[in-house]
Amino acid sequence: MKVELLWIDKLIMIIYFIFVLGIGWFLRRYMKNANAFLEAGRSMPAWVAGLAFISANLGALEVMGMCGSGAKYGMMTAHFYLIGAIPGIIFLAIFMMPFYYGSKARSVPEFLKLRYDEKTRGLNAILFAVMTILASGISMYALAILMEKVLGWDYNLCLWISALIVLAYTYLGGLSSAIYNEVIQFFIIVIGLMPLAFLALKDVGGWAGLKTHIAAVTPHPYAPDAFLSTWKYTGSTSANPMGVEWFGVFFGLGLVLAFGYWCTNFLIVQRAFAAESKTAARKVPLIGGLPKMFLPVLIIVPGIIALVLMNDPAKGFSLPTDPTNGRPIYDYTIIMLLKQYLPSGVLGLGITALLASFMSGMAGNVSAFNTVWTYDIYQSYIRKRTNNAEADDRHYLNVGRIATVAGVLLSIASAYIASKFGNIMDFLQTIFSMINAPLFAVIFLGMFWKRTTGHAAFIGLLAGFIIAVLHHGLTMPAGATTLFKGGWLGHVHTYPVEMAQNFWAAIIAFTISTSVTVGLSFVTKQTKAVDDLRGLVYSLTPHETDDRNIPWYKRPTGLAVIVGVIFIVLTILIW
Amino acid sequence: MVDIRIPIGLMFSIFGILITLFGLFTIDAGMYQKSLGMNVNIIMGLIMLAFGLIMLWFSRRKKKTNQN
Repeated sequence: MKVELLWIDKLIMIIYFIFVLGIGWFLRRYMKNANAFLEAGRSMPAWVAGLAFISANLGALEVMGMCGSGAKYGMMTAHFYLIGAIPGIIFLAIFMMPFYYGSKARSVPEFLKLRYDEKTRGLNAILFAVMTILASGISMYALAILMEKVLGWDYNLCLWISALIVLAYTYLGGLSSAIYNEVIQFFIIVIGLMPLAFLALKDVGGWAGLKTHIAAVTPHPYAPDAFLSTWKYTGSTSANPMGVEWFGVFFGLGLVLAFGYWCTNFLIVQRAFAAESKTAARKVPLIGGLPKMFLPVLIIVPGIIALVLMNDPAKGFSLPTDPTNGRPIYDYTIIMLLKQYLPSGVLGLGITALLASFMSGMAGNVSAFNTVWTYDIYQSYIRKRTNNAEADDRHYLNVGRIATVAGVLLSIASAYIASKFGNIMDFLQTIFSMINAPLFAVIFLGMFWKRTTGHAAFIGLLAGFIIAVLHHGLTMPAGATTLFKGGWLGHVHTYPVEMAQNFWAAIIAFTISTSVTVGLSFVTKQTKAVDDLRGLVYSLTPHETDDRNIPWYKRPTGLAVIVGVIFIVLTILIW
Repeated sequence: MVDIRIPIGLMFSIFGILITLFGLFTIDAGMYQKSLGMNVNIIMGLIMLAFGLIMLWFSRRKKKTNQN
């Protein structure tokens, strides 16, 4: 299954590395203070931050996982690009961004501090810092193992070199460098995957050909178009390949998980914080959302075609199998497709696209980690207060730089732990990601209900998180062979698939978190004065009106309407 | 700070030229059987070159309007 690379493929990779490092080198002289380094000086144009917004989301695990998911579950994977992204993105842009950006908070945990109190911030900051390190370690491990198996590169060398390149450019140019490179990475990913999608579709005879081919390989009892539908067969869990029903998709993924991820994950939201104005910040998620909706064409459709190829011996296409259970490893789908269709030249471009997706995800994690560490952990709990603002700023710039190095080294360490104890790392990541749903509940209540108190938010956040973890401990997906998938506390309920388990965990955590926070807000005392809440709570803040002098489609609300209409049309098209 | 379109434009122009040339030199090579007989290198090379040049042109145009 090895892929042979020619000199031209390697040359393309090297040129890409030179540009990536060059941007960091070029930006280093602008990094004079902590604000420039950690917040990009709040100077990014909307389109730059918008493409970075979506690029940070487009990490290696996302690209590899979603393509594999296309081969496994078919078009239903597109739920993650439509209902699981767009409503959340629009809500963030229109309703939440004015408070985030207007509050001048430098991070999501800091917003919690402004709106609630120190302990709520601390809890969120620490969980978030651990989660980013885990996430970047796991994706680094996944990438290095892929490169070792498919390209024959040395695992350690690949891991260190890719990590050190990310370190070099984020260390030199901070968040600005991460954002600029994410824009480049976005274009590389899109252009690098374009020939693959085109050739794969052409090979099966276009969309019409794909329809007939996929119908022939769709297993009983699914309908012939089950692999090309999204909502159509979600009436019952047994009628669609993903094994989920519409309620779980709509509420679990669409309302809770998606809003939790897109509206509160600092890795993503930080890109909008870096925008040059409040209007630009509101446009950032929407500009990112536009290409997001079309990515299934590049990522999921080739995955579905891989399913056709696997069932056609004449094509000579197969995925490597897991030696322990003989099942295909779906994460390899994208790279095996690259090998199948791309000759040297564009092949180098495709591999570079995978490397780029890895780097954008990792740089996103590192640049979010260093900000949260510097402002929310170091500045709040470790360093003594001084009165010299200038010296402080220089000090925090250095701390930010050290945190960048530490973040990368910790990620490398966690990649090595993942290669030894992969299950444990996946498990920990699942557990830590359960903070998103309760976090959304708490931030949402804080922004739209002025009565919400700090004590209530803290307990609500903790309660939602604990309930989600307990839910994971008490339920398991059908056919689970390890306790890492759930059921480590007992066995109360079995879900048909792991995804359903995740959707329900999110729904339950969100509900508990909301009820606890609302309930306790009535019985605890509001410690914040009304004046402190101005700009943070909807009813106490002057409402946003768009500038009437710019054309409607350039206003945040106009853009939101465009994104919303495209979302609805696409949803109906692939119903 | 710096116009991001310049490095994007430069990089894709270089990619475009390299891959187009590589495609021209390998025009008879058997390796295009993989890509269903299409010389995707020339096609993608030209697309990237065009994209790179458009990016560079946009950045120049913006510079001019800023100067005026």
